[in-house]
Amino acid sequence: MALLEVENLVKHFVAERSLLGRPKAFVRAVDGVSFTLEAGKTLALVGESGCGKSTVSRLVLRLIEPDAGSVRFDGQDLLSLDTAALRAFRRQAQIIFQDPYASLNPRMTVDQILSEPLALHDLVPSPRRRARVDELLRLVGLEPRLARRFPHEFSGGQRQRIAIARAIAVEPKLIICDEPVSALDVSIRSQILNLLRELQDRLGLAYIFVSHDLAVVKHIADRVAVMNLGSIVEEAEADALFAAPRHPYSRALLSAIPLPQPHAKRTTVLLEGEIPSALNPPSGCRFHTRCPFVVARCRTVPPELVADGTGHATACHRVAELPSADAILPAAGGFSPSLAKLVAAFSQKAEGAAPSGVGIQAARPTAT
Amino acid sequence: MSAAPLIEIEGLRIRFHGDDGRITHAVDSVDLSVANGATLGLVGESGCGKSVTSLAIMGLLPKQSAEVTGAIRFDGLDLLQAPDQILRDLRGNRLAMIFQEPMTSLNPSFTIGDQIIETILRHRGGSRRSARERAIALLRRVHIPSPERRIDEYPHKLSGGMRQRVMIAMALACDPRLLIADEPTTALDVTLQAQILELMRELKAASGAAIILITHDLGVVAEVCDEVAVMYAGEIVERAPVGELFASPQHPYTVGLLGSIPRLDHRAEQLATIEGMVPNMAQPPAGCRFAARCPFMREACTAARPPLVEVTPGHLSRCIRAPLELLVS
Repeated sequence: MALLEVENLVKHFVAERSLLGRPKAFVRAVDGVSFTLEAGKTLALVGESGCGKSTVSRLVLRLIEPDAGSVRFDGQDLLSLDTAALRAFRRQAQIIFQDPYASLNPRMTVDQILSEPLALHDLVPSPRRRARVDELLRLVGLEPRLARRFPHEFSGGQRQRIAIARAIAVEPKLIICDEPVSALDVSIRSQILNLLRELQDRLGLAYIFVSHDLAVVKHIADRVAVMNLGSIVEEAEADALFAAPRHPYSRALLSAIPLPQPHAKRTTVLLEGEIPSALNPPSGCRFHTRCPFVVARCRTVPPELVADGTGHATACHRVAELPSADAILPAAGGFSPSLAKLVAAFSQKAEGAAPSGVGIQAARPTAT
Repeated sequence: MSAAPLIEIEGLRIRFHGDDGRITHAVDSVDLSVANGATLGLVGESGCGKSVTSLAIMGLLPKQSAEVTGAIRFDGLDLLQAPDQILRDLRGNRLAMIFQEPMTSLNPSFTIGDQIIETILRHRGGSRRSARERAIALLRRVHIPSPERRIDEYPHKLSGGMRQRVMIAMALACDPRLLIADEPTTALDVTLQAQILELMRELKAASGAAIILITHDLGVVAEVCDEVAVMYAGEIVERAPVGELFASPQHPYTVGLLGSIPRLDHRAEQLATIEGMVPNMAQPPAGCRFAARCPFMREACTAARPPLVEVTPGHLSRCIRAPLELLVS
């Protein structure tokens, strides 16, 4: 049985009310989203701003209530839970946010931040909490002696480690990572991604990884769901999706990402026009206004998300007739042999040095 | 590059004097040059000094707190010595800049037309009507649909991608010789980013302007730049033609950066990480500034500041252990 089963989730936000308070316009943030997630696996939700990926992640945690649909976690229907049961569920599912500057209480020390969930869920008796906090900090690559410090004394990457420690403190089965590395510098990003993977292996965590960055998603996800304007347009194993994206929107997304490979030969699908608003999504297929393969039927009939025998699902009327998507990502990429050796040497030597991410300097930002 | 450079930066040093008397060394002896029609990528992580360098070129650093020394020669004129009046004539005219935040760099209380027309009238003069026509033509050039109507709209009516196009139209208003683009696509979605990058390539081909593109995204660099300068802790640590830099980087920091980005074009089980933190810029280390984080560090690295030396023709590195291939062969 899957850890998480989401079926036909719908959430419309009221955008405008009449004088009498009746809703006049809705933002159709999430419109019929279904997926499943196995224990210990990572599902990535990808798409551009406003596609509903963050809303889905909050619906799954019941941080906001859906208008329709169901969420089953470990076989249990989340929407039927009362307050006490919901609190128990929150022990099983945690979230890490994008901005590590906003998601930690500036008035609490790291020790307090990490002890709170332990106390709240009555997990560790108070005399042993300090030891558990030390252990959590070590797990995320921070020195236990930093526990008495406040969030402002840490860099962005270190704060994200603290947020991760807080999430794993309650030993959850599922962590929702909402753009966890988007606010971080490139070199810090790789540390956090490596850490998330390592923790998944060690603790058997399942992740829902919400991101707009497909390179990051390719690195971390087992399965990928591509969202456009509130619905999933394609869902597949990560390898299959990146090898041969089927939906025209997935192709456009992949081809839009600049590759760190000068003069790479690839097909580019440049989308024209703006992203339509979820306030007034196009009729039929919501991608039809920007789709290079649009036909009359696309403008009127919304396509269903249909899976083939391999579990690769696509919501497109013309999926069978589309040209092959070979050259969207160049096959031969990557490092020259000597550069690969150099990068390997760089990483190896670094491992022998200080443990990752520790050490703290006067947390004074540099001037730029 | 054969032609005489359009802009030549020599020994640029920028220090900030804080209220508490603390001095921050933001940029140290940066040498750069960009030829007409070339695109230089300035790459580095937050705080490395790349944006400050561009603000210095534009003369936009606060005079009270920023101490700028060295020379920035634009078409032979040293911008650091030039009087304000001359700088004002240059900015928005032959020197233009696009900022990262299209949401905050337009004035919300004027229509986009007013803002573009103001630039044209200030530098080119002429009638308001002809300036308006030029503004419409510019909006069309950056692919804004129905520019005759859009020109009278306020910035809040436009999406992020549209606003960035307006910023670009404004920057192009007087056919600049040098365009500085500071993270022009960072705030945008990828499909919009692709449109804007395509637009920049198109404009570069049409106008022959030189571009300095500041970014942290190595993918963007690979797609649009001819030459790259990598900055770390206020210094240029490597400079090379774009193909060279990605094929055989000669500074360990660049190696770390290339190894640490997840890539669509191949799969790494484990990403490289650059351990430790950037040095405190109030007291930058005397030797190599990357030494504390460098796995290839030797004692000599911390003794004296390594010079920027040519490893192969046109490829410069500030690492005494370059060429790095020798370390792994």
